[in-house]
Amino acid sequence: MLKYIIRRLLVMVPVVLGVTVVISTLIYLSPGNPAQIALGQNANPEAVARLEQQMGLNKPPHLRYVDWLTQALQGNLGRSLETGTPVTDLIVERLPATLELAFASLAIMLVIALPLGVVSAVRQYSWVDNASMLFAIFWLSMPSFWLALILLLLFAVHWDFFPISGRAGALLSVTALSYLVLPAIANGARRAGLLTRMMRSSMLEILNKDYIRTAKGKGIGQRSVIYSHGMRNAMIPIVTLLGLQVPSLISSSVIVEVVFAWPGMGRLLVDAVLRRDYPVVQGVTLMYAVIVIVANLLVDIAYSYLDPQISYD
Amino acid sequence: MTDPLLAIDDLHVHFHTEEGTVEALDGVDLEVYGDEVVGVIGESGCGKTVTMLSVMGLLQSPPAEVVGGSIRYDGRDLLTCSESELNEIRGEEISMIYQDPMTSLNPVLTVGRQVSEVLLAHRDISKRDARERSVEMLDACGLADPERLMDEYPHSLSGGMRQRVMIAMALVTEPNLLIADEPTTALDVTIQAQVMEVLRELRSDHEVSIVFITHDLPLVSEIADRIAVMYAGTVAETCSVERLFDRPLHPYTRKLTESIPKLDQPATRLPSIDGTVPSLVDPPDGCRFASRCPQFIGEECRSVTPALTDVSGTGRHEVACHLYTDVSEASPPWPVDDEDRTAQQPTAETDDGGRR
Repeated sequence: MLKYIIRRLLVMVPVVLGVTVVISTLIYLSPGNPAQIALGQNANPEAVARLEQQMGLNKPPHLRYVDWLTQALQGNLGRSLETGTPVTDLIVERLPATLELAFASLAIMLVIALPLGVVSAVRQYSWVDNASMLFAIFWLSMPSFWLALILLLLFAVHWDFFPISGRAGALLSVTALSYLVLPAIANGARRAGLLTRMMRSSMLEILNKDYIRTAKGKGIGQRSVIYSHGMRNAMIPIVTLLGLQVPSLISSSVIVEVVFAWPGMGRLLVDAVLRRDYPVVQGVTLMYAVIVIVANLLVDIAYSYLDPQISYD
Repeated sequence: MTDPLLAIDDLHVHFHTEEGTVEALDGVDLEVYGDEVVGVIGESGCGKTVTMLSVMGLLQSPPAEVVGGSIRYDGRDLLTCSESELNEIRGEEISMIYQDPMTSLNPVLTVGRQVSEVLLAHRDISKRDARERSVEMLDACGLADPERLMDEYPHSLSGGMRQRVMIAMALVTEPNLLIADEPTTALDVTIQAQVMEVLRELRSDHEVSIVFITHDLPLVSEIADRIAVMYAGTVAETCSVERLFDRPLHPYTRKLTESIPKLDQPATRLPSIDGTVPSLVDPPDGCRFASRCPQFIGEECRSVTPALTDVSGTGRHEVACHLYTDVSEASPPWPVDDEDRTAQQPTAETDDGGRR
């Protein structure tokens, strides 16, 4: 297993390199000029050219990339063009907020979807099943940016249940949690709907298996049949789905972070893109790529625990 | 005669499907006595498995529905038992070996877990004792290196090994009744012989009644004391193995025994039964074998369902055919053994009661 993890981490290297090439190219191709933006539309062209030189933007793109990469390999992702703050500092500052939101969304997904999916499958076509399928399709039909705005309007502006935006420090206090609730729902609800449906169909399939009949025939009781024999098998496709959902969870968190002014990497990224703050864009995207790759690695490791037929050695 | 351990009486089971209601079981009667091996034979779809799944309370409902009859086990009616009452019986007093060992074991749980959980559910026993007991049982089922096997997953086992694990799982609680549903069908002939050997040995070590479902008449005759022949959701005939081969009375059973290839006769085309099994969606009235019966008598076969009737006078040979009922005047074309009953009886008794 350790060997496998090391091998997978090594494979990460070319993938991450590829991501950096793609990002640099996209940045080069994107219109706009940070020096121009910094100095304003009516700035003196000479001043703009001077600033460009200071920023190192006058070099050809491949040389710029090589420069950036040499620095990046030494752990230096450059400085923000706008504020001069080291990009690594910006990321370290924002990463906890992003991870916090991601895990909270994930928790909402799992806490809602798994029990609901299982109950729907066990009591197929009952009112619980119908209600939870209605619930699933309801959330599934809502794009997260819209849901975020509606939640904000209803629960923060209109009813004042939760703070409107921002983040109150680290977790584990009621205040901090109250800031987290709405963004986490906005980000997780839609996926909870998807996951509920998946869990239901996966569980339904498993409940018809011969080994479930065997388990029932042992007289071990319904609870053991469903949880020990059913759930574990039904979780295998669910974990696959979770792996696939991580990138989309990340990308939708960018939008949700902007709506709720959540001080995570997503908002940092959007701001940086708008200001053509290239080093920040590059650094944050790189971080996202690493998160996605690591999440997929975790999913693959989870497989081998769930399904003994999968062995990586 | 003592009370039967298991008494299935006039069991009717329907399946509600899109094509209509399948009358899968139409008044099945079957009794299993203590320490007796009953072979249930019949072609695919005749209701062997459905009957036994009804006993276990494992019919998938919907689509299945038990519409009539009773299943009495040790004085209790299993059909009226609640799920939790059934759970006290299943695995503990009645257990079942299923047809396909490849799909009947859970792929994500270890063999040890699957065998010992039966004990943990029914006995007040520590995990360690349950494990020890499971290892012993695997060993008794002829599995090599049972200690190591406990931590293996089913996918690393061969079909024969899996079926032995299934047997160990079924017998680890030492049930009074074992239902073996075609335990050797999915296995090749050598493994089949080994599994039969395991069952025979276990039977001599533990006092257990076995219902052995199969469509292999020669195979079941190796182990069974008594045979029940099923046809299209009904029991056509029950009798001792000897009588089944010497003196089959139901026209269907006769055809069945005639179609067994014999080694001491020149190879010829095997006889077959004309026609096909009637559809069980809206099945014909009367005897379900009527349309194919070579001894077809007349209208009574088409209109009156023949009841399982005792012809030997001892309750040990029952046939459901109008050749032997009062409904019809027709007399059987074969001797029922009136004249030599006294000579037959003692052997039949010892065969029924004794071990094979």
